[in-house]
Amino acid sequence: MAIATQDRKTRPAGRTSVGLKVVMATTGVLFLLFLLAHSYGNLKAFAGQAAYDGYAEHLRTFGEPILPRSGFLWLMGVVLIVSVVLHVSAAVVLWQRAHRARSTPYVAFKPVQATLSSRTMRWGGLTILLFVIFHLLQFTTGTIQVGGSFDSPYQRLVAAFQVWYVVLVYALAMVALGMHLRHGIWSAVQTLGWSTRAREVPIKRTALVIALVIVVGFLAPPVGILFGLVK
Amino acid sequence: MKITLKIWRQKNATNPGRLVTYERDGVSADMSFLEMLDVLNEDLTTQGEEPVAFDHDCREGICGSCGVVIDGVAHGPQRTTTCQLHMRSFADGDTITVEPWRADPFPVIKDLVVNRGAFDRIIAAGGFVSVNTGSAPEAHATPVPKVDADRAFEAAACIGCGACVAACPNASAMLFTAAKITHLGALPQGQPERAARVVSMLDQQDAEGFGGCTNIGECAAVCPAGVPLETISQLNFDLRRSMTPSRRH
Repeated sequence: MAIATQDRKTRPAGRTSVGLKVVMATTGVLFLLFLLAHSYGNLKAFAGQAAYDGYAEHLRTFGEPILPRSGFLWLMGVVLIVSVVLHVSAAVVLWQRAHRARSTPYVAFKPVQATLSSRTMRWGGLTILLFVIFHLLQFTTGTIQVGGSFDSPYQRLVAAFQVWYVVLVYALAMVALGMHLRHGIWSAVQTLGWSTRAREVPIKRTALVIALVIVVGFLAPPVGILFGLVK
Repeated sequence: MKITLKIWRQKNATNPGRLVTYERDGVSADMSFLEMLDVLNEDLTTQGEEPVAFDHDCREGICGSCGVVIDGVAHGPQRTTTCQLHMRSFADGDTITVEPWRADPFPVIKDLVVNRGAFDRIIAAGGFVSVNTGSAPEAHATPVPKVDADRAFEAAACIGCGACVAACPNASAMLFTAAKITHLGALPQGQPERAARVVSMLDQQDAEGFGGCTNIGECAAVCPAGVPLETISQLNFDLRRSMTPSRRH
């Protein structure tokens, strides 16, 4: 072939910007599966203390005797933490590249069709990360205790969400999560190359429905507790 | 029509630019946007001032030379090229802000003119099919299904104007690169280099300093050639497939 030789070696596919996006999409799918399972578990709160605490205990004995006690949760935790590290570091690299790609901003810039969700992925993602840290300190490590200390996960839950500002913090975080999911699910499907012209609108609608289901699923127990439906 | 123009004036690549206000009276609604600028430039020249530099060539929407950001939208309020935009799209008394494409891989040369050489280098990295020289192959030797031909043609309609980069919040060139990947990947002639093409073109795009795609869709919404967003999904698909060892060349 008589073409000019490139003086720069082409990097492998995985190192391109799309390679980084594939990492974000794949880890995003793992987060989505986790969120669906987590949200389902939370709804056990409506079935009473025995059901909720029983479910929490079952998660710890899950996989026994092949796995040690809490082995399943540890395994899941490790996968999720590794995923978070990959998802966030890829996001940071892409954020920097995008920032450098337009160092002089427009005096006037008017998006034609962009949703608010699509334009707030980075700050929204950061909000969710901070919330997850707070959430883990509250319910996993127990470092932040609201309404007292309890052995029963159910009692811990009920005590925490009887406080209105805790519910408010969670509600705001869930709005951020819902927006992140609404664009993130569509974006992941497109990044993995599964979108087509005909599928674009159905994918975006499905993403919106999944985001709403997760937000409503997560907010139902706290709101139920706040209004005394769950005691 | 009476309009107020706020035009980005920048002496050269190194000087910082600024918006300069020009009051215009007697603008005809039937003028194209570029004709309106032509008249402004005539007046500026008569007054002994430097005319506003802007790129333009065919003025019939097919060459991709023209392109400025008008009131924050690439090519302005109509989904067309700047040369095909007419003053009837604006109202009497409007204030119109005119800026160049803003992306670091497209450095401003002067006023509204940017250097889009980055696009040429992306094409040089793989936006072609390698064929043996000699007599032209017989046109019907390689049959192409109508569906594939239409899809390739739709993507090939890209005129390389750069509006996708200008409109992208990340200043990404994905729609441009994806149009070429889809165009060549839909045709039999494009198959032998398909896996290598997507990797090297994308790598060149990254090296030029364009941002990454976040699937917002602003690019396709302003594209005057109507290149669809699904081409980006096609590029992503091809890149993922190129990671399969058996597909590498």
